[in-house]
Amino acid sequence: MSFFQDPVAAISELISNFLNGLLPQVWADLIMTLLGVVVVSSFGLIIVIFLIWVERKIAARFQDRLGPNRAGPYGLLQTFADMVKLVTKEDVIPEKADRLAFNIAPILSVVAVLLIWAVVPFAPGWIGTDLNVGVLYIAAVGSFGILSVLMAGWSSNNKYALLGAFRAVAQLISYEVPMLITLMVPVLLARGMGMMDMVEDQALWFIVLAPVSGIIFLVSSIAEIGRTPFDLLEAESEIVAGYHTEYTGMKFGMFFAAEFLHAFTVGVLFAIFFLGGWRGPGAQDFPLLGVIYLMLKAFFGYFIVMWVRSTLPRIRIDHMLALNWKFLTPLSLALLILTAIVEKVFEGHAWRVPALLIGNAVILILSYFITRAASRRATKERVTFKKRPMAKPA
Amino acid sequence: MTAEQGVFLFISFVILFSAYAMVTRSNLVHAALFLVVTLFGVAVVFVLLDAGFLAVVQVLVYIGAIAILMIFAVMLTQDNAAKEQESLNTNYGWALLLSALFAFALIVMLGQWQDAGAIAPALGAERDTVVELGSALVSPAGYVIPFEVASVLLLAALIGALVVARPQKKGM
Amino acid sequence: MQNTWLFIGVFIAIAGVFPLLPIVIARFIAPHKPNPIKLETYECGMETVGETWVQFKVQYYIYALVFLVFDIETAFLFPWAVAFDALPLFAVLEGVIFILILVGGLLYAWRKGALEWS
Repeated sequence: MSFFQDPVAAISELISNFLNGLLPQVWADLIMTLLGVVVVSSFGLIIVIFLIWVERKIAARFQDRLGPNRAGPYGLLQTFADMVKLVTKEDVIPEKADRLAFNIAPILSVVAVLLIWAVVPFAPGWIGTDLNVGVLYIAAVGSFGILSVLMAGWSSNNKYALLGAFRAVAQLISYEVPMLITLMVPVLLARGMGMMDMVEDQALWFIVLAPVSGIIFLVSSIAEIGRTPFDLLEAESEIVAGYHTEYTGMKFGMFFAAEFLHAFTVGVLFAIFFLGGWRGPGAQDFPLLGVIYLMLKAFFGYFIVMWVRSTLPRIRIDHMLALNWKFLTPLSLALLILTAIVEKVFEGHAWRVPALLIGNAVILILSYFITRAASRRATKERVTFKKRPMAKPA
Repeated sequence: MTAEQGVFLFISFVILFSAYAMVTRSNLVHAALFLVVTLFGVAVVFVLLDAGFLAVVQVLVYIGAIAILMIFAVMLTQDNAAKEQESLNTNYGWALLLSALFAFALIVMLGQWQDAGAIAPALGAERDTVVELGSALVSPAGYVIPFEVASVLLLAALIGALVVARPQKKGM
Repeated sequence: MQNTWLFIGVFIAIAGVFPLLPIVIARFIAPHKPNPIKLETYECGMETVGETWVQFKVQYYIYALVFLVFDIETAFLFPWAVAFDALPLFAVLEGVIFILILVGGLLYAWRKGALEWS
C-alpha cells in the first residue's frame, strides 16, 4: 500500500539503495540527481506535445471550427506530424548571419523555460529541488529568455528581425517590473521564497488574500510570453514574424515549443502562487492527487490565457507600454504597500482576511476612478469638434 | 580534490577566459555576449559560496538588466563600418607592467592574511540566510541607513540617467 | 554547495542537450541545398536596400534604464519581504518608505515624458 501511496519516494529509495551499494556516495548522488533531472525535464517536454494539440483544439472551438482532426483519432497525432514536418525542412542560415549566436538563440530559449520546471512543486515531497530562493530564481531564468530574443534578432542580419527583437525586449523587460512586484506579494504572505513553503502556507489560497495582485501577475505573465493581446511581435501584418523571421525548420520549432511551454508554465506558476498549488482534499496523504490538482489548476490558468487570446484584439505598442508603466506598476506597488501594512497591523488577528479584501477592493475602486478621470482629462485636451448648427428646414 | 574545488577551478577558467575574450573581441556584440558568460560564471561562484540569493540576484540584475542595457547600447549605436575595432591599445606595454605589479601586490597582501584559508562558521540550520539578510537590512542596529540611502541613490541614478538620455524636445 | 544547486547545474546541462537532439537529427534528415537566393535576408520578398541598421530610438534605452532601477529595487525588497515575521512595524514602514522614494522616481519619469513611446 505504501508503494502506491508515494510511488516516487519508494522508487527513489530503491534506486538510491541499489546505487549506494555499488558506487561511492558522490557518484550515487550524481546519478540520482541525473535521474531526477531527466524525469522533470521529460515531463515538461512531453507536456508540450500534448499542449500544442490542446491549444489548437480549444482555439478552434473558440473560433467555431473543429481544429485538427485528421492526424490520428481526434487529431492527437497532429503534433507529431508537425514535428516530423519541421525536422525535414531545410535549415537555411542567412548569408551574413552571426553563426554562433544564430544557433544558440533557440536552444537558450528552450533552456530558459525548462529551467523553471526544476523548482515546480508537484506534490508534497515531489519537487526537482527546493531552492530557498525559488521565486527569484524563476524571475532570473526569465532573463535568459530575453537574452535569447536579442541574440535571435541580432544574429539574423535582418533589420526587421532586429527591430522586432528590440520591440520584443522592450515589452518583455517592461512587463517584468509588475511581475516582480506582484510576485513579492505571495512571498510576503508566505514569509519565504521557497516554492514548497509557498504551497504549504496556502491553507487559504492567496488569490483570496490578494486577488488584484493575482490578476496583475496573470496579465503581466501573458505579456511576458508574448500572447495576444500582447503579441504584436509575431503579428503577420506587423514585422513579418519579428525576431524569428529568418529561422527555419527545427530551430523555429524550438522557439515555437518554448513559447507553448512558457504559456503552460505561466498557468502552473499562477496555480502555485495564487491558487494553492497541489493543495486539495487528500493531497497530503496521496501525492499523486497533488499532481492531479496542480495540473487541473494549471490547465485552468492556461485556459484563461487561451480564452483571453481568442477574445481580445491586439493592442498597440504605445498603449501596451503605457498600460504597463502608468497603470500596472503603480497599482502593483500600491497593493504591495497595502499588503505589507495590513499584514503587519493585523498579524494573527481575525480581521486579517477581510481587511486585505477590503483594502484590495478600495484600491481597485480608487484606481478605476483615477483612470477614468485621467482619460476624461485626456479626451478633453484633444480638439473637440466645433458645434455646428443643426440643419433646419428653410 | 573535492568536487567543489573541481567545479571552482573549472568555473574560474571559464570566467577568466570569457573575460579575456570580452576585452579582445573586435565585434562588440560578441564582447557583450562574453560579458554575459562572465557574469554567469560569477553567479556560479556565489552558489559555491553558499550564497544562493546573491547568485540569483546576480543573474536577475546583472544579466537581466545591465547586460541587456549594454547590448542595447551596442546594437543601437553601432554602424557596420566601425565594426572592426583595433583590439589592442598602443599602450599595452605599460598596462601589462602595471597590472602585473598590481597582481603581485595583491597576492603578497592576501598571502600575509592568516585567515585567508579559514572556512566561515556555519550559520546554523534554523536561521535562513535570506531572513538574516532581510532583518539586517531594516534593523536600526543593522543596515537601515544604507538601505534607505540606497533607495535615494537609485532615485538619483534614475533622474540623472533620464536627464542625460532624454530626447531634446522643445519646452521640456 | 548543497545538492539543491547541483540539481540546477545538471539541469542546465541536460536541458541544453534536449533541444540539441532534434536539431542534430534535422541536420541528418533535412535537405541541404543552399543557393544565393535562399540565403538572402528576408524583406517581404524584395531586395534589401541599405545597410542593416536600426534607427537610434533612445526610447528603448530609457525603458531599459527604468527597468534596471526597479529591478534593483525588487532585489532589495525580496529579503525584506522574506524576513517579514521578524520585523517590527517600523521596519515594515522603512520598507514602505523605500518603495515610496522609488515611486517618486517613477512619477518624475512619467512627468518628464520619459515613458512615452513616441
